[in-house]
Amino acid sequence: MTPTPLPPAAGARAPFQAWHVLVHAALLLGSIVMLLPFGWMLATSLKAPPQIFTYPPTLIPNPVMWQNYLDTVQAMPFGRFYLNSLFVAVSVTTIQILTASLAAFAFARLRYWGREILFLVYLATLMIPFQVTMIPNFILVRYLRWYDTFYALIVPTAFSAFAVFLLRQYFLGIPVELDEAARMDGASSLRIWARIIMPLSGPVLAALTIFVFLGSWNDFLWPLVVTNSNDTRTIPVGLASFQGQFNTDWHLLMAGSVIALLPVLLVYVLAQKRFVEGITLSGMGGR
Amino acid sequence: MSAQTASTSQRIAVPRWRRYRPDQQWEAYFFLLPSFAGFLIFVAIPVVASLVLSFFDWNLLSPPEFVGVKNYVQLLTNDRTFRQVLFNTVYFTITIVPLQLACGLLLAVALNQSMRGLEIYRLIYFMPVVTTIVAAALVFQWFFNRDFGILSAAIWELGSATGLPIRPPDWLNDPDWAKPAVVILTLWKNTGFTMVIYLAALQGVPRELYDAAKVDGASGWQRFRYVTFPMVSPTTFFLMVIQMIGAFQLFSEAFVMTRGGPAQATLTIVYYIYQMAFEFSRMGKGAAIAWVLFIFIFLFTFIQTRLQRHWVHYEAGGES
Repeated sequence: MTPTPLPPAAGARAPFQAWHVLVHAALLLGSIVMLLPFGWMLATSLKAPPQIFTYPPTLIPNPVMWQNYLDTVQAMPFGRFYLNSLFVAVSVTTIQILTASLAAFAFARLRYWGREILFLVYLATLMIPFQVTMIPNFILVRYLRWYDTFYALIVPTAFSAFAVFLLRQYFLGIPVELDEAARMDGASSLRIWARIIMPLSGPVLAALTIFVFLGSWNDFLWPLVVTNSNDTRTIPVGLASFQGQFNTDWHLLMAGSVIALLPVLLVYVLAQKRFVEGITLSGMGGR
Repeated sequence: MSAQTASTSQRIAVPRWRRYRPDQQWEAYFFLLPSFAGFLIFVAIPVVASLVLSFFDWNLLSPPEFVGVKNYVQLLTNDRTFRQVLFNTVYFTITIVPLQLACGLLLAVALNQSMRGLEIYRLIYFMPVVTTIVAAALVFQWFFNRDFGILSAAIWELGSATGLPIRPPDWLNDPDWAKPAVVILTLWKNTGFTMVIYLAALQGVPRELYDAAKVDGASGWQRFRYVTFPMVSPTTFFLMVIQMIGAFQLFSEAFVMTRGGPAQATLTIVYYIYQMAFEFSRMGKGAAIAWVLFIFIFLFTFIQTRLQRHWVHYEAGGES
């Protein structure tokens, strides 16, 4: 970046300043475009209906209707949706990280009959889109009488070949000498997994956690298919069913959207770096 | 990816400590069991089940009836809705993918300058990526509202200010404009992702290349065209594949914002699967559409992998 002061670059510095202003101006404009939907959401959520349906539209709510939020929570149990989403996302993340890291350890470190074939089976499903397995899973869920329960929301989404693949690749990069030494000292495989491999995989585990958690929190299609009551609906599905009931009450719909987004955005702003890492890592891993 | 896997598994075979260890046999299965049981029941078997199901007619009430390839034949020969769905998918793919890549690269190049205060832009541009798509689609539905939406108002004002005959379209109720509306929502939602991936790639381009190009008198555009572009082409390839798969799988955007309409203008493959299976209770046909989706994804990924030789530039040595 900056620390290489080359002779020709020194001369080229002056015209670069004007260029900087231009870049900033363009980026600022882009930021406004990106933020406008959020602003429009927030503004509408605080307006009284007469102000919503006026032309030309105004951005500043007058009067400011905090009441809208109260009406929204009374019309739809958003608190319940939060708890549901939180419970589902935490469960899915825990199960997935735990089972995937154990399996990845077996693929990266243990030697046994059938390893290559089993790994190939995992790999083969990496490219298959979720929609292919969705219908049989739905039928299975009905058969197990899991429809509209948390089991249906959590269990079928808690296992992915992707997490196993990603962790295995990472584990392979950890020096084998470490666990060989531990094995000499009589450590069991489980101990090596818990005391050596897992502690050394902090970054990838953090990224995977964020990826899985966010994916589960924002998932829409599967919860839409297997839930049918407010007792199990997660935030996205709850918001969609709210839309079905109040489809022109924009002040309420926007208040509901703000309620749905606020916690995620808050955590995102606080832990931006981790979020970006988590999501890009997932992308790099090839879905 | 397959090449990469092949090379890693070759490497595994070598080290002496990794020779077959009978004492680890059962232990390994213990490690694998939780993951593999879940994987088998909820991923592997459903894949096979879905293929089998696609040769049946089943509404979950009466017993399933074997119909052979009828579902597929029907889809490909006399299903007008499916033809519309395919057309929509092609439309979304050829608009979203290039626009997304172009916007992402442009932003990444802008953010890759050594200037102060750029982190805030990354924060803002990436924000839609973490946003729940349902909430985003709701706002955009309101955004595109013809009478009271802010976008229409801006277009009205533009028209009256310039005296040109510009009128806002009735975005979501006009079959010609509903598609661009979905494209705009998708761009807004996902450009931050492309940007961040490109940014990582740009930071890996050695500075010396730019300096050498400058010494040779290359203009800013030439440096972009002949240094930046080839150097990030592996990333472009990767993003192209990922975004294409994403465009094939559009669902929530259309479900929330347009319900697939108007006149099926935004009905996507996944939406059609959803309708077929969960609205019309035709499990077999739904599974058949899902398999067609998978075959498309597979074919297009394969074609792109084949084509990449012609334009993707891989650094062979990595020497600097």
